[in-house]
Amino acid sequence: MTVLETHNLTHVYAEGTPFEKTALDDVSLSIEKGELVGIIGHTGSGKSTFVQHLNGLLKPTSGKVLLDGEDIWKDPKQIRRVRFRVGMVFQYPEYQLFEETVYKDIAFGAKNMGLSDEEVDARVRRAAAFVGLKNELLDNSPFDLSGGEKRRAAIAGVMAMEPEVLILDEPTAGLDPKGRNNLLSQIENYRKENGTTILLVSHSMEDVARLADRVLVMHKGQLKMLAPTDEVFSRAEELEEMGLSVPAVTKVFMGLKNRGINVGQNAYTVESAVSALVARFGKGGGADA
Amino acid sequence: MLNDITMGQYFPGNSLLHRLDPRVKLLVTFVYIIAVFIPQNWTGLAVAVAFLLLCVALSKLPVRLITKTFKPIIPLILLTSILNVFYLDSGNVWWDAGFFKLTDHGVYTAIFIAIRILCLIAGSSLLTYTTTPTALTDGLERLLNPLRALHVPVHELAMMMTIALRFIPTLIEETDKIMAAQKARGADMESGGMMQRIRAFLPVLIPLFVSSFRRAYDLATAMECRCYRGGEGRTRMNRLQMHGRDVATLLFTAVFVAALIVLNIVLPSTL
Ligand SMILES: Nc1ncnc2c1ncn2[C@@H]1O[C@H](COP(=O)(O)OP(=O)(O)O)[C@@H](O)[C@H]1O
Ligand SMILES: [Mg+2]
Repeated sequence: MTVLETHNLTHVYAEGTPFEKTALDDVSLSIEKGELVGIIGHTGSGKSTFVQHLNGLLKPTSGKVLLDGEDIWKDPKQIRRVRFRVGMVFQYPEYQLFEETVYKDIAFGAKNMGLSDEEVDARVRRAAAFVGLKNELLDNSPFDLSGGEKRRAAIAGVMAMEPEVLILDEPTAGLDPKGRNNLLSQIENYRKENGTTILLVSHSMEDVARLADRVLVMHKGQLKMLAPTDEVFSRAEELEEMGLSVPAVTKVFMGLKNRGINVGQNAYTVESAVSALVARFGKGGGADA
Repeated sequence: MLNDITMGQYFPGNSLLHRLDPRVKLLVTFVYIIAVFIPQNWTGLAVAVAFLLLCVALSKLPVRLITKTFKPIIPLILLTSILNVFYLDSGNVWWDAGFFKLTDHGVYTAIFIAIRILCLIAGSSLLTYTTTPTALTDGLERLLNPLRALHVPVHELAMMMTIALRFIPTLIEETDKIMAAQKARGADMESGGMMQRIRAFLPVLIPLFVSSFRRAYDLATAMECRCYRGGEGRTRMNRLQMHGRDVATLLFTAVFVAALIVLNIVLPSTL
């Protein structure tokens, strides 16, 4: 079932000034309920501009965004409702923290929804648990947290609204490998438990390969591909022309193939590479090629 | 959203106005701001407007950019116009309501003053549109240099202005981002009464302050790393130099001011 659709979405920044810039050019696509779509593209390709249209933070210059088949701008007064249903975590979300305590900050969105105090409390604790924030941190000032903890608190603030669609704009940017791995696992868990549709904007092909069902490729404001992850990464030359790469293991597998070594299908994650290699060359696997 | 604020912004270009020495542009703007108050008759005002239009044409900027700056001052213009129309009751009466007389003199004065204000705004925005903030403060520092004899910290003031101007776009961008992030969490900044709106702005103001302090520390560190220690003994990479076009501009401006004065003398005043 389709949850989000865009029809000929176009966005022009600073229209009519010398800084005019078409950041989105005629993007039409649909997102299915419950899937995880990875969004990749070079810096400035329009990823952030695109996702900000999906919850009505930006208004299309032309074109439409449909949520459950309904134009989100049909009644501009109701746009806040859309924002509760389509949650958005910005790039470097830690800079939006402002409350006295971490708890209050996480509760900000849920409170704005007009929920009861008990419900808000339950959601804040659930969200904090999802991102792995310890209970005793909740009473601290958000400005005393470490960088990684701030990031997680900010993400929890959006998760606490329990949106149907969760958009994360480069959530792992600037995190160390461990923090990044943890965060990705937490996103996976969150999705498993809530069945939330997730859009993940990322620079890291490895992250996208690990999590995404489908991958959306943006280039110069245009939608270039929207296809299952393995299909997108099998088009390595096209990706490279757009200044993108494929996961490192995929490169290794392609190199092996080019040298005439039969490794079966392509691999996009280290795990799938290991199992493919074990199947091919492992114990008694008949390394006869 | 806030991107619509163009006042004080620089629009890159290579027109004559862009290439003029910033000192000359500052001087001409300063002189123009005063000169706009010289004309006492329509002909003089027309000359002042013509001077401005010539500058706009020479800047090769879209006219829309200039008219855009008028928007925020419309209330001010309306207010002064209403006051003028109300308080001036000399001249031919068009309409008399006892306590209030609508006279031709009042209406003409209102229009006259409105045009003056528009000229002021357009003239000064033309300066910032065509001059980079660094060139602007550089020019200002050089113009004010004689004041150093009076122990005015000219360099420090100019540096503060450079930094402030440099960070205006950054702050606007940052405010935009934070506002978007809080709106995504359902912050409602567009409805409610006065107090409610002010409170609704706290989630934007607090992160903005925090990040401004962070930026200030970073900038101070970066400047210290480059051994900045004030203006004493500081040399420049780009030295300002007067060209033929700069001298011509100054002469032309002098002729313009002289023309305004002559027009005042030979023509009767309409104010
Ligand atoms: N607020 C803005 N005003 C003007 N131009 C913008 C603004 N935001 C983004 N852009 C421009 O739009 C293009 C797309 O930007 P963005 O959506 O942020 O790309 P990405 O997230 O893929 O890096 C870029 O060229 C950028 O410079
Ligand atoms: Mg981005």
